[in-house]
Amino acid sequence: MMEHEHEIRKFIAEKFLFGEHNKLPRDASLLEAGIVDSTGVLELISYLEEQFNIKVNDDELVPKNLDTIAGICAFLSKKIS
Amino acid sequence: MNAKSPIPPDLLEIDCDKELAKISGAIKNTLGRVLHKRGLVVGISGGIDSSVTAALCVKAVGKDKVIGLQMPERHSAEDTLGLSALIADHLGIRKVPIDITPILEAIGYYEKYDEAVRAAVPGYGRDWKSKIVVSDISEDRAYTLFSVVAASPDGRMVKERLELSSYLAIVAATNFKQRIRKMLEYYYADLYNYAVAGTPNRLEFDQGFFVKLGDGAADIKPIAHLYKTQVYKLARYMGLPEAIINRFPTTDTYSLPQGQDEFFFSVSSEVMDLCLYGKNHGLSVEDVSLHVHLPPGRVSAIYQDIDRKRTATRYLHLAPVLITEVPEIAQDLMMKKDLG
Repeated sequence: MMEHEHEIRKFIAEKFLFGEHNKLPRDASLLEAGIVDSTGVLELISYLEEQFNIKVNDDELVPKNLDTIAGICAFLSKKIS
Repeated sequence: MNAKSPIPPDLLEIDCDKELAKISGAIKNTLGRVLHKRGLVVGISGGIDSSVTAALCVKAVGKDKVIGLQMPERHSAEDTLGLSALIADHLGIRKVPIDITPILEAIGYYEKYDEAVRAAVPGYGRDWKSKIVVSDISEDRAYTLFSVVAASPDGRMVKERLELSSYLAIVAATNFKQRIRKMLEYYYADLYNYAVAGTPNRLEFDQGFFVKLGDGAADIKPIAHLYKTQVYKLARYMGLPEAIINRFPTTDTYSLPQGQDEFFFSVSSEVMDLCLYGKNHGLSVEDVSLHVHLPPGRVSAIYQDIDRKRTATRYLHLAPVLITEVPEIAQDLMMKKDLG
């Protein structure tokens, strides 16, 4: 399991799926899976900033960083380090 | 030599005479046989969509059976009242001006809006002006991000990306405007036993650019199948005033002037029309790109954004979801009964 993967999966399950745990592959697109839309992205950003005490900059708001569980974990690791 | 698009330049051409007959016939038929109402109420803003809708209603049932409601508020553009009066007078319909500012004040809209903007722009207050803008649709940016643009009383401009709570607070407060206007339209509809005509064009209807139970509410939507370009063609064909046809398309929602392209579509309505038409008719990204003079990557991003907006705004179109169907009240059944 990647660093922070458990927390991210838990957040996605609780926030977007009303507690239903998903077996979404790490590299599956959250947009394409219909889990996250534009407002959902704002909720995700808000969670990352508050939970991990980071600031997500405008130029970091791209699918590479936020659209897959693997991408979010990698982005988080980079930001925290 | 530049490559030429195989798409004909008059892609969105319509037979205006036939279209007018089709729409006005359908309005008349729907009023008499489905809705059982005696006339129509239209909220008129002085914009192209509400003006064409009002004109179509007049063509369908006559000027004496159409009421135009003018509903400006403190943040409306200066020409809103004048242009809405112009179209009402041009059509010869009764116009009812109602300034909705006191209603918005009573409900706390202005305070709620200012407070939400202040979270992003410290110091923002009543003497400032502002608008909300969307990020550009590009190949590497799949998300629609919203920013507030604010102008201070001394002319300083500030642009800040909106965080979740501010964004939601601004949307929730601003939606009061559309819902209050619709409440008034239904007041007059009830008063005269009329129906309410909604004014969305195809771009707005398809992409969910409306407020649920606000401007999305209506008994009939006469131009929801027409691309914006076609709405302009009908306006010219019907000889509507040039001042209305030439007015810059605006949301008329925020205190700073704001085009629909800034708030929702990110590109002009002409380009959005062609991209939506292209996508609906299976035209390739490459062909549409040559037609609209944008790089293929940009058109591809717009195609994807169309799908994302359809998904995100699907709930706006839904009637309340029932857990178990009530077959006796199914909408298609009622329509069949009414139309024989």
